[in-house]
Amino acid sequence: MVSGTLLSGNEAVARGAWEAGVKVGVGYPGTPSTETLESFVKLPDVYAEWAPNEKVALEVAAGASLGGVRVLVTMKHVGLNVAADPLFTLAYTGVGGGLVILVADDPGMHSSQNEQDSRNYARFAKVALVEPSDSGEALEFTKQAFELSERFDIPVIVRSTTRVSHSKGLVETGDTITPAALGEYVSDPSKWVMMPAMARRRRVDLDDRLSALVDFAETTSLNRVEMRDSSIGIVTSGVSYQYVREAMPEASVFKLGMGFPLPVKRLTEFASSVGRLVVVEEADPYLESSLRSMGLEVSELYIPRTGELSSAAIGAAFGLSAPQLREAIDDLPPRPPLMCPGCPHRGAYHALRKINAIVTGDIGCYTLGALPPMSSMDSCVCMGASIGMAHGLEIARSDSNMKRPVVAVIGDSTFAHSGMAGLVDIAYNGGASTVAILDNRITAMTGHQGNPLNGQTLMGTKSRELNIEALCSALGIDRVRTVDPHDLAASVQALREETAHDGLSVIVFKAPCALLLKEKELPFSVNDEMCNACGLCIGLGCPAISKTSTGKAEIDVTICVGCSQCVQVCRYDAIEATGPACDIGGV
Amino acid sequence: MSTVTVMLAGVGGQGTILAADVLAKVAAASGFDVKLSEVHGMAQRGGSVTSVVRFGDEVHSPIAHPGSVDHLVAFEITEAGRQLHFVKPDGRLMVNARFIQPMPVLLGTMPAPTGLEAILDDERAIFLDAEELACEIGSIKSANIVLLGALSTGLEFEVEAWRDVIAARVPAKTVEDNMRAFELGRQACEKGECAL
Repeated sequence: MVSGTLLSGNEAVARGAWEAGVKVGVGYPGTPSTETLESFVKLPDVYAEWAPNEKVALEVAAGASLGGVRVLVTMKHVGLNVAADPLFTLAYTGVGGGLVILVADDPGMHSSQNEQDSRNYARFAKVALVEPSDSGEALEFTKQAFELSERFDIPVIVRSTTRVSHSKGLVETGDTITPAALGEYVSDPSKWVMMPAMARRRRVDLDDRLSALVDFAETTSLNRVEMRDSSIGIVTSGVSYQYVREAMPEASVFKLGMGFPLPVKRLTEFASSVGRLVVVEEADPYLESSLRSMGLEVSELYIPRTGELSSAAIGAAFGLSAPQLREAIDDLPPRPPLMCPGCPHRGAYHALRKINAIVTGDIGCYTLGALPPMSSMDSCVCMGASIGMAHGLEIARSDSNMKRPVVAVIGDSTFAHSGMAGLVDIAYNGGASTVAILDNRITAMTGHQGNPLNGQTLMGTKSRELNIEALCSALGIDRVRTVDPHDLAASVQALREETAHDGLSVIVFKAPCALLLKEKELPFSVNDEMCNACGLCIGLGCPAISKTSTGKAEIDVTICVGCSQCVQVCRYDAIEATGPACDIGGV
Repeated sequence: MSTVTVMLAGVGGQGTILAADVLAKVAAASGFDVKLSEVHGMAQRGGSVTSVVRFGDEVHSPIAHPGSVDHLVAFEITEAGRQLHFVKPDGRLMVNARFIQPMPVLLGTMPAPTGLEAILDDERAIFLDAEELACEIGSIKSANIVLLGALSTGLEFEVEAWRDVIAARVPAKTVEDNMRAFELGRQACEKGECAL
């Protein structure tokens, strides 16, 4: 009989932090890390907040740590790039209260723009890293991470991946504790003011702390040797361990729960006790290169370096016969992610397509504007990049054959995250770009988090709403206008006028995310006699509109929210209001 | 017991995540080790979604790979075709006979798949119409629970375990509807050819 509570890796990290006595959590939403802070805030007697970006989140955490309390920081892998600046120096300062950073990587890029391997950051920044392989370890390792952080005076990264964060497993939960001897603010500029003279001393001290950590790594139960058949010894970590156990149940395994620093002696002993030493890891050959640099002979094994691993991929690498398969059906139409029925972004993209704009895009639901049928985004690189890139394109315009207008498209949360600095740059340097802020009143793609523009805090309170018009005004931008993106004609007109204007302008396309609508408008339906089968409404790419066998349009009244964008594009007045959605209609 | 792998495949918004959560909790309540994996974020927006639940004495990997699935419950017929090769040759294949037009079909850039039903029939698929059954009780949103009812006939959990978990997991005012939906799914399967 197996027992426990079914928790996702993210929920287990939150629970582990709480059981370690953590009272403060801070982060920025990002798949696959988001639910960690969302479940943390539901635990008793805690304070948690969304920061505008990961750098600020880590700085808030550094302050809380300096103040003597334990603090959990959460972000996705690319967020750690943003937070890298404080991270590297926090390795020098060390901590007051334990400081643990959950970083969730996304191998296979389910919901990300790259698949960087955060284990490299631990070695690069010289901070400790633990790597759970399932929900049970996520709880246990997070608890231990706080102990480690304080004992070795260092930030600790808990590195997760999509399959750890978003898989659920049975977890034994415990009670919270009160950490000993904390909660005292101690003024210590030699530790916390990193001017060159102090930083040089802390740099030396950091090496002492790291070598103490190596000694710890040699004995900790976070690292585990499982001796079985000694002809093959597999060094592995994270979720790859689970795949190894499934594919190679008889092999001996060195499971590294601590990804940095590594236990050189124990790994060397393991290498000498097995016939053939191999490494199985997802993403970068981080462990493999580390083992080779220790002088260990690692046997070649073909493990894919891109995408996710699986027990089947590992079995194949070891030459195990593949399972018998049913024949796959090829050529099925793919089902790319879509904007929801009634999504306000659809109106903004309809207008951008109308004016044939070059769109520098950004990260959020509106990135879906890059896909058919809108196909109206020309770049998407990282959070906030849309604005700087639009400015760069404008600069390049005089030396290129670019004739189309350029528009930066960025969402509300992304604007607060790192779009503002780009806007400051354009205003400061006298650029003439058009910036469209798609303000749908929520951080939508990650599952509806509050942000500075809507003023909804993670604690459930309402604070200030960032006033974009006033902000732009303070930056010296005089052309700021707000448009309802569901009003297609007004949206097109605003874009035409602002892109024609020789100067910086900001258009705020403001309408709430369709999933926020509590009281929906009445749905629309298609009058079959009036419909001319022209396909204009289909071209909006609304999931509620489909094509009948005669080519005419049909609206699924169970999912239509009555945004009326299709009514506005129809030239035959064929789309009309209908009664309330019948419970079984449209199927 | 060796590990059993169940995959729930559908289109974002069809309720696969809730259904997978119910199944995982039933497995846990029945004393098994269990792991569940799903993908959130961008893929949820109307895209193809799969959830995998694995249970047994000790479960390692949380995910499925081609040729490893014992039970596929496809909430939509195209998704049944897409995941077919994940199902073991002797696995059980249940298909909700609903077709949701993928965007490339809607836009006319790709033809609608033809002959899927025949292919799946050859693969000994069990077809159901969960929406129609859910409509019988006046609650189309319970279609996912109808499918769980059908799935339940092939798994060795007590019916009471299912009923307890569903009652605790769905909104309070929909408990009775969902109980009926579960029962309809079971009956449909028992009346049909649900046995392998």
